[in-house]
Amino acid sequence: MGNPMRIRARMSGDVVNVKVLMNHVMETGQRKGADGAIVPAHFITKVTAQCNGKTVLEAHWGPSISKNPLLGFRFRGAAAGDTLSITWVDNKQDSRTDEAVIG
Amino acid sequence: MQHRRKFLRHVGEGGVLAALVSAGLLTIPQAWAADHSQAAFDAKTVEDAFRALGANAPAVSDAIELTAPTIAENGAVVPIKVNSAIPGTESIALLVEENPYALAMVTTIPEGTEPYVSSRVKMQKTSRVIALVRAKGEYFMATRDVKVTLGGCGG
Repeated sequence: MGNPMRIRARMSGDVVNVKVLMNHVMETGQRKGADGAIVPAHFITKVTAQCNGKTVLEAHWGPSISKNPLLGFRFRGAAAGDTLSITWVDNKQDSRTDEAVIG
Repeated sequence: MQHRRKFLRHVGEGGVLAALVSAGLLTIPQAWAADHSQAAFDAKTVEDAFRALGANAPAVSDAIELTAPTIAENGAVVPIKVNSAIPGTESIALLVEENPYALAMVTTIPEGTEPYVSSRVKMQKTSRVIALVRAKGEYFMATRDVKVTLGGCGG
């Protein structure tokens, strides 16, 4: 299981405003390490967000997304007290799911 | 992921995605996204990525608000926001023209989700950043030039 992410989900009128800070190295596979060898690619390939049994976001990512990705999105159809769940999967089949209560 | 791997072991010949669709495990739009996404992420140029995504000469649209810094001090972390005012926006993709692989991400916007996404991308050097929006099956784009003082791909 990957490192925990920090999720902030707040109501702004009818819209849930979400900011997620993920903890991931997002290695491109192009970089040379201190020993001169290429550091293998290791990056999040897919992110999904669910709320009240519905997928509210689905994203496919490449290694161009920055290390420790900061993702922002907004959706309707939820209320304060509902639970938002976010999952990422990476190219090494590691994954992480975290939840937050909408405030 | 696990289901897919198990299923693939049982699929002999024939299209894998077609099999998954007929088994009810993937809807047609999801199958499309899975198939096209991978090829698009392997594309080196914007043109190849557009082609892999099925975007044919997207029209430039000022209904796409693409926010990016004019000068990025640190190419490793460049904040980008895309807000689409095009009705029926289904997906938002972000490309960095001068990166080794142009496509950075494709975000699907389900019904009920705002056509907005913010992210941070790596930029190898000064480049155009492109937002590609798919709305009601058609493609639109907006671009911004971002000057990079310190390249961010670590190469």
